[in-house]
Amino acid sequence: MPKTLFEKVWEAHAVRKLANGQTQILVGTHLIHEVTSPQAFGMMRDLGLGVAMPSRTFATVDHIVPTDQVSEPYADPLADAMIRELRRNCSEFGITFFDRSTGKQGIVHIIGPEQGITQPGTTIACGDSHTSTHGAFGAIAFGIGTTQIRDVLATQTMALSKLKVRRIEVNGVLRPGVYAKDVILHIICTLGVNGGTGYAYEYAGEVFDRFSMEERMTVCNMSIEGGARAGYVNPDETTFAYLKGRPHSPRGAEWDAAVARWRAAASDPGCAYDDVVRIDAADIAPTVTWGINPGQGIPITGTVPDPARAQGSDERASIEEALAYMKLKPGAPIKGTRIDVAFLGSCTNGRLSDFQEVARFIKGRRVAPGVKAIAVPGSQGVGLLCAELGIDKVFRDAGFEWRNAGCSMCLAMNPDKLVGDQLCASSSNRNFKGRQGSPTGRTILMSPVMVAAAAVTGSVADAREVFGVRTN
Amino acid sequence: MALEKITRISGRAVHVPGNDIDTDRIIPARYLKCITFDGLGEFLFYDVRKNADGSDKPHPLNDPRHRGATILLTGANFGCGSSREHAPQALQKHGIKAVIAEGFAEIFFGNSIALGMPCLTADRADISRIAAAVEADPDAEVTIDLVTQRVSFAGQTARASLRESARDALLNGRWDPIGELLEGAADARKVASRLRYTGA
Repeated sequence: MPKTLFEKVWEAHAVRKLANGQTQILVGTHLIHEVTSPQAFGMMRDLGLGVAMPSRTFATVDHIVPTDQVSEPYADPLADAMIRELRRNCSEFGITFFDRSTGKQGIVHIIGPEQGITQPGTTIACGDSHTSTHGAFGAIAFGIGTTQIRDVLATQTMALSKLKVRRIEVNGVLRPGVYAKDVILHIICTLGVNGGTGYAYEYAGEVFDRFSMEERMTVCNMSIEGGARAGYVNPDETTFAYLKGRPHSPRGAEWDAAVARWRAAASDPGCAYDDVVRIDAADIAPTVTWGINPGQGIPITGTVPDPARAQGSDERASIEEALAYMKLKPGAPIKGTRIDVAFLGSCTNGRLSDFQEVARFIKGRRVAPGVKAIAVPGSQGVGLLCAELGIDKVFRDAGFEWRNAGCSMCLAMNPDKLVGDQLCASSSNRNFKGRQGSPTGRTILMSPVMVAAAAVTGSVADAREVFGVRTN
Repeated sequence: MALEKITRISGRAVHVPGNDIDTDRIIPARYLKCITFDGLGEFLFYDVRKNADGSDKPHPLNDPRHRGATILLTGANFGCGSSREHAPQALQKHGIKAVIAEGFAEIFFGNSIALGMPCLTADRADISRIAAAVEADPDAEVTIDLVTQRVSFAGQTARASLRESARDALLNGRWDPIGELLEGAADARKVASRLRYTGA
């Protein structure tokens, strides 16, 4: 019987049925970072447990690292304690740690693929909801809590309920100036922030077939913003080409065997899905959020919703709450909204192609007066490539601050924070209240090129107009 | 490891209305800078409960009438966003023993059950009825029965259910799966050696 990739991977990794009906699933690859793992190691010590398969866990430090300070100790003693704790845990339990001194440090969802650790047909868990990113390679990858990190460390398995699978096909051709970020924002706006609850999303169709791995990662990354714990793209030649020659990728005869295995992991033609959604690529516009969750988005040419026109009291209340927080006027065009900060980076859009694409447009331009613009490569590797290509210089010349790798202002656990009710044009993934470090700070999510357009004009702008992209 | 069998939870309730209440709101990221979960309770809903100077904002959890409430009533898609277990930990350390909502985000739900904190789904109309009863009498006792999947309050009852695997785990004292997972260690090793991961 034809099967989906999800079913094949699930069956291959199922260890046994648990008493409550859940399945004990082998977590093939486990990724950890400094924020959600220390308590798990604490629980291990309390229970007297060891790490079952230490070679299957990889660690990095990303959330709390300052992006403008490399030397230690960090100015923030709490951040400093966290990095030291991770170092201690990795060394005590024999876990590979991509520390800053290795040159391989970065956001966990950027370095996994970069190092070739993320591979098709595998299961990947990490104490971070954006673990769905790794699904771009045809892995079943999902975020877990700290108690589950303990479970994975102690047993390399966890208890899980099977997800349903929804195939989301995007066919046709994206219009000029429309990026992977717009595709996922459009999907979330269409299906809702909880539309994916209980599902894994299988992204497919002509648009995904043509997408690079980095574009696929941007989409899979935000699956969780649509409520789907996992999202994946079936592995294909693009996937294999990306993985070839990476530090942890198989080599020689092993490579050919791996590719055959990976190819076989893809969903079979004619397999059954729990749901199928089809989207026409031509319907997707450069998309920006206006509210306080990623499902509250509109095309850049659109206007801020009016609660008076809401369908039902629920929608009215949520629009009112969002507009009060965002200080936006109902019915006003979103274009032209003044910004204070432009943030380029995160596990959604902090990869080489994101900076390359923006560099094409900002060369010879300047960040608008009064705007603080920061560019944060997602990994030391991305930073290095940008330096080799002179991209960092293009950003600096344009008035961006060019920083060291980390999560930075996506969630502002390091010193990069909004102040007061500053409004940020951001390439990150969440526009929740207070997300970027100030309890009243405001976030508008958009693609990297749209962030650049906002940075150089000082307000939310249509990048196609600002940079003269032909749209016909 | 003997765990408590959670069959029934009784206590006063508090209604925190709203849909899509995310984990950043439940516990802002700046309070995740810690290496233990101790003390998270005081930062629960911090930015919606507190002004910049630390004084209280109007919020149901600051209302003295609801002090000591152990059952949280809320809206749809509760706990969406990040996987941080700090969110259910903060609720639990604040004294919350169960949450009744119109729906839960997947990861939050799993994290809560693993801590022995039931998350039950109920219809909006029923949540409104419970909330109204609690508003009328904040001392009203609300009882959640996981066996019958019913909530009783102020002489009324309502249906509140949860996924069978979670209900089974709570009722039978196996909500923390570590013991059972450790029992499967030999099987896990077999599966691991059968699957050819490279470079690990």
